Amino acid sequence: MNIIIAALFLGILGLISGIVLSFASKKFEVKVDPKIEQVMQYIPSANCGGCGYPGCAALAEAIVNNGASISLCVAISKRNADAINKIMGIEKEAKSDDPLARKAALIRCQGLDTDEYKNFEYAGVKDCQAAVLVQNGPWKCPHRCLGLGSCVAACPFDALKMGPNNLPVVDEAKCVACGKCVVACPKQIIELVPQVKTVHVLCVSNDTAKDTVKMCKVGCIGCGICKKNCPADAIVIENNLAKINYEKCIDCGKCVEVCPRKSIIKEALPDI
Amino acid sequence: MTESLIGIFLTAIFIENFVLNQILGLCPFIGVSGRTESAVGMGISVTFVMVMAGVATWAVQNLILVPYSLEYLQTVSFILIIAALVQFVEMVIKKLAPALYKALGVFLPLITTNCAVLGVALINVKRNYGLLESAINALGGGLGFLLALVIMSGIRERLAISEVPVVMRGAPIAFITAGLLATAFMGLSGLI
Repeated sequence: MNIIIAALFLGILGLISGIVLSFASKKFEVKVDPKIEQVMQYIPSANCGGCGYPGCAALAEAIVNNGASISLCVAISKRNADAINKIMGIEKEAKSDDPLARKAALIRCQGLDTDEYKNFEYAGVKDCQAAVLVQNGPWKCPHRCLGLGSCVAACPFDALKMGPNNLPVVDEAKCVACGKCVVACPKQIIELVPQVKTVHVLCVSNDTAKDTVKMCKVGCIGCGICKKNCPADAIVIENNLAKINYEKCIDCGKCVEVCPRKSIIKEALPDI
Repeated sequence: MTESLIGIFLTAIFIENFVLNQILGLCPFIGVSGRTESAVGMGISVTFVMVMAGVATWAVQNLILVPYSLEYLQTVSFILIIAALVQFVEMVIKKLAPALYKALGVFLPLITTNCAVLGVALINVKRNYGLLESAINALGGGLGFLLALVIMSGIRERLAISEVPVVMRGAPIAFITAGLLATAFMGLSGLI
């Protein structure tokens, strides 16, 4: 008898809960646009935030409901972007094929890891934001990469890792130029540059030549020799610092040869 | 009356903290305490569900189980009630307060299987609490859970940028931290 009562009671309890839930699911139904789910299939889902929305789901919602453009997404491939535009009934090309538009992060520092250029030894928390609070970091050069890897930790695409001399190295095949590392760097030495260009000035120091020489072996002193030798007129000297205009630069590498400080480098062309 | 209610409330938060003293609900305690933001979300969700469950299970216990002497079906019917309740609450919140739903996110359905929620219901029965006492006990239990989670997440956020020996990284150091935290909470046992 007991077992029948127990089974009956639980059955009735389950039945009541089931009925209440099924009524509630009808009454409290929230209609979701099926397009959002379709768009989500093509979005990278890395949640990098490079588009300005708090994650990929938020961007998908904005695309469907508020007419945001998929071109905001820096990580998406052209094929997937076109697929999303097709869902939304937009005809135009999703992403331009301009080679200069495809960017990657560039660490603009190649300082050597020697005690000679240090003010003190930093032994605190291994985080650049924390280190910069202690007398602007241990290095004499105020622009030197702190080498504690805040950018590496910030990268959602696993495109950064620490390399020689405690400097981060960018894997350009993985980098989608979302800009998270640019924000994470307290020294602001990371910049997004076109992937196809291989000649870069790896220094951001605006200090005078005299100061820079004291603080670094490879810092740009703004001497202007590169500017004089550039056949494409692509280099300008601003605030004691050489700057390459990537639209004019023809990647010839002449400036790399003449630079007396070895601040300009020519990297191997990324394999993409 | 009021004094005993305050006593129940404070006891539930500090002295008989569900996580650190009764060792209930350890799964979210370790799993969701990585970041303070999600810890707060989880804590508030649990508090919310605990109060609802405390009231609902009291009603089931005293209006159905006791009159028909079915007390031996307590655990299984409580689990059923809690699971249905969480689903119902999720639907209502999704419809009426989309902002709150987004904030609570995935935590709501996770709570269905949180043993601390079942724990509070069973403790209420064991101590013969009335409706108000049950609700207060559940509220205190939930807030205690929130407190433990927030403290833990703060420590773990700091641990993430500390130099921890390689073998201790991740879960081991989290469990040691939890142990020390529980020991520290024992110091509050003389509060009332």
